Amino acid sequence: MIAQVLYAFFTVVLGVGGCFGYFYGSNWLLDRTFPANANNDASAVRNLRVQANIRPWLFLGPALLLLSVYLIFPVIQTVWLSFHDRAGDQFVGLANYKWAFYDDQFRLSIFNNILWLAVVPALCTLMGLIIAVLTDRLWWGNLAKSLIFMPLAISFVGASVIWKFVYDYRGAGQQQIGILNAIVTYFGGDPQVWISLPFWNNFFLMAILVWIQTGFATVILAAALRGIPEDTLEAANIDGAGPFKIFYRIMVPQIYSTILVVWTTITVLVLKIFDIVLTMTNSQWNTSVLANLMFDWMFRGGGDFGRGAAIAIVIMVAVLPIMIWNIRQANNEQKGH
Amino acid sequence: MANIKLTNINKSYGSAQIIKDVSLDIKSGEFIVFVGPSGCGKSTLLRSISGLDQVTSGTLEIDNAVVNDVPPSKRGIAMVFQSYALYPHMSVFENIGFALENQGLPRAEIKKKVEAVGEMLQLTSYLTRLPKALSGGQRQRVAIGRAIVRGAKVFLFDEPLSNLDAALRVQMRMEIAKLKRDLPNTTMVYVTHDQVEAMTMADRIVVLQAGRVMQVGTPMELYENPNSVFVAGFIGSPKMNFITGLPAEKLKAKTIGVRPEHFEFSKTPTDISGTLDYTEVLGSDSFLYVSTSTGMLTVREPGRTQYKTGQKLNLKPIAEHVHRFGQDDSSLK
Repeated sequence: MIAQVLYAFFTVVLGVGGCFGYFYGSNWLLDRTFPANANNDASAVRNLRVQANIRPWLFLGPALLLLSVYLIFPVIQTVWLSFHDRAGDQFVGLANYKWAFYDDQFRLSIFNNILWLAVVPALCTLMGLIIAVLTDRLWWGNLAKSLIFMPLAISFVGASVIWKFVYDYRGAGQQQIGILNAIVTYFGGDPQVWISLPFWNNFFLMAILVWIQTGFATVILAAALRGIPEDTLEAANIDGAGPFKIFYRIMVPQIYSTILVVWTTITVLVLKIFDIVLTMTNSQWNTSVLANLMFDWMFRGGGDFGRGAAIAIVIMVAVLPIMIWNIRQANNEQKGH
Repeated sequence: MANIKLTNINKSYGSAQIIKDVSLDIKSGEFIVFVGPSGCGKSTLLRSISGLDQVTSGTLEIDNAVVNDVPPSKRGIAMVFQSYALYPHMSVFENIGFALENQGLPRAEIKKKVEAVGEMLQLTSYLTRLPKALSGGQRQRVAIGRAIVRGAKVFLFDEPLSNLDAALRVQMRMEIAKLKRDLPNTTMVYVTHDQVEAMTMADRIVVLQAGRVMQVGTPMELYENPNSVFVAGFIGSPKMNFITGLPAEKLKAKTIGVRPEHFEFSKTPTDISGTLDYTEVLGSDSFLYVSTSTGMLTVREPGRTQYKTGQKLNLKPIAEHVHRFGQDDSSLK
């Protein structure tokens, strides 16, 4: 125990000291190699210019190196794997992609992913917007927003465990402890095994992500709503617009770019959805999505690195354009203000 | 045509009373200016008339109908905001036409009306632009166009020129005055802290201080017969000089007020004499700052001045232009 703590302490000291040493040392070396107080003015000026060109790279260097090792190299490796057989020895061309195209599970996963994409970002953004508007004028609005924001702090697995209790099913004759079944039986209905209802079970899983992400949408959109000039709303009021018209003609257009950023951020998240499905159903009862399918092929049943990698590449290609657009939009937003 | 009648209007935010028992009769077609220092409640009073703020007590009538509980859009008023309050995502055309759209007018009629207003305000070639592509003066014109297009009976202006630079302010002041001439039946209420705007534009000025009406009258009435030290000091530029002590006592007043242009110079010593501290030469006028035993006095001389800094000056107020104020700072007749 003591040894572990000491070991951790030593590691931290070494890491932080190493970073400090690197930045200080490399800077010192640079100053030494190209001294600013050179003999004649011309070379001093030249040395300063060289310093200015090199210094950013010295500071960026470690980050760039880590990024390449942990991000760029794995991408290249995955692309390479996706063109090879299950063990990664034999080049098989596009066979893995061709397999995926005809595979029922893959098609189902794509379908489910699209379903998630269609429902979750829209629902989170819409609910976030409505909650943000409704809580804006209330004295307890901030408390409400904090409560709605809280699930964001819960891990997907943790949230799934909570919701497993919501959807819990007990056999006939036993008391239903799941709140959903408790409500259903209270109103005289029959208890259901919610997470195994084909097709609809997808929506029960989506509800969990909506529960988690609505707080995110609410907080961002509430901040944007605060930024709307109050007098444009007053002018619209005098111009005879009712509350709904003010909402969709005056408020929403003024925070349109923020709505898009929230929407796309959640979209990227949804494309990578994995934990909830794994925890709730483990892809059973037709709830599989691409990330779970990839995981299954890659690490279960002996592992097929080729097919797993091919699915991973499909996910990446799907996420990339939204990601790029999202970053560009966020940059524009910052420039605009 | 619409008159506005305020009867015993009070307005409080929590325990802070902003408007204190204001009664006011604004005639139909009048150009009324509310003027006063920051925080005197002039904007709050305007917002109460518009309906954006509710009055705490009192009666508010527009066009002889009590409108206390009538929403802003139904009061027959239009408002021009200090920040213009244009809808940033709508073109100039849509900005001006929004109120008509809300009234449910057919598209063709909206187009006709908006284009007519655009022409009137020289905005025709800007109708498709967004507000951010307009200059300050053009934005202000769009805001005014938004008010005109509805054919409102009452226009409310909330410090509309304070975001413009000095040159543009003079120009827009003229344009608003012209607008008033073109719409003789429209009642206009205009809020400003700038007494020059008040003097130049108003039919009648309402001077407010700390939520109370101090005096109501035409610009020249206020200039010539201010009823209190506050109004006397607020109207006119440079400010009126206030003199206490012996010169005031001689006239049986606590304070006498003399405008800078109402001094004469005397060769022989007078009650009010001092040394010339500093001179501002504006070309058309010179302002002389004379330090006397009753404080710093401002004297206006037409054209250049012959006096030099440090010179001793004997000042004599022109008797018929002296304002006398009593113990409670109100005017003595």
